Amino acid sequence: MTTGLLVRKQSEFRIGIQAGVSIAIGYMPVALTFGLLAKSTGLTVMETVLMSIVVFAGAAQYISLSLMAVGTGALEIILTTFIVNIRHFLMSASLNEKMEEDHPVKKALYAFGITDETFSVAAVKEGSVSTGYMAGTIIVAYSSWVVFSGIGHVIGASLPETLQESMSVALYAMFIGLLVPSMKKHKKVVILATLAAIFNSILTPILSTGWAIVSATLASAILVEYVAQHQKRKGKNDE
Amino acid sequence: MMNNTIVWMIIGMGIVTYIPRMLPFVALSGLKLPTFVQGVLKNVPYATLGALIVPGIFMIQEDIWFGIIGAGVAFLAAFLGANVIVVVLSAIAALSVYSYFL
Repeated sequence: MTTGLLVRKQSEFRIGIQAGVSIAIGYMPVALTFGLLAKSTGLTVMETVLMSIVVFAGAAQYISLSLMAVGTGALEIILTTFIVNIRHFLMSASLNEKMEEDHPVKKALYAFGITDETFSVAAVKEGSVSTGYMAGTIIVAYSSWVVFSGIGHVIGASLPETLQESMSVALYAMFIGLLVPSMKKHKKVVILATLAAIFNSILTPILSTGWAIVSATLASAILVEYVAQHQKRKGKNDE
Repeated sequence: MMNNTIVWMIIGMGIVTYIPRMLPFVALSGLKLPTFVQGVLKNVPYATLGALIVPGIFMIQEDIWFGIIGAGVAFLAAFLGANVIVVVLSAIAALSVYSYFL
């Protein structure tokens, strides 16, 4: 019994690691560039790696560098970080519905690793998501982020320009790779993604990064759910 | 060597990033949400993906064709059933060829 459970746990962890590989590839150019920019902003290699270890949030870390460069105070940078990362609240709330029940301490541990990318990978997975799977995905993604931040600072250069430019598409390509299989199966997914894409295109020039994504996502998710339940009710009344 | 202010700032950034990530997992643990809210939260991943892709992918380079080609190749590969890593590598390969001939 116990060994059976252990084997299952191990394989869940391994599947999670495999799922994390595409994130690790996608993080490489972003983290290298972060390390490079951190160096030119005046951060030491220790501070750069520490930020990637402690914060683990790409967009916010980039923004903090550009704020530091213009001499913004620490409190304002922390507040901006909060605003940019508040979208993870929505992602965690959504993923929580899909996660296997586990001890709150374990949940609080893997919660640290929720990024746009680890969330997306886990959220489109068939069926429920186990703690082991989540741990595997996060460990691979996190290692790539931390290690390549440091390397970017140390070598003071990113990849050759052509490769760097081409690799900048990696995370977007991954999001497409995660979305399309569900789009093929459900018309609802096509509508959800398209609506959110349109809303976000309208909101991006008006709102800051974090808020545009949160508002576009919520607007699309609520609207589609409202229409779906309305149709269901109407269908029942027609019977 | 590390600057004290920067270290404290990094710790602050870490805390305010961690709280929104952690709260739902702990606060909503074992809680049954209203059906409508559950439905909305089930929709969130697909809406998020739409918002994460567009308009960002069209803004990675000044040359908008960069995003269009990357998106097109990734979509095609995914549509044909390629797994995610293959989708990522095909988009990178296509854009490497494109920038090489530019």
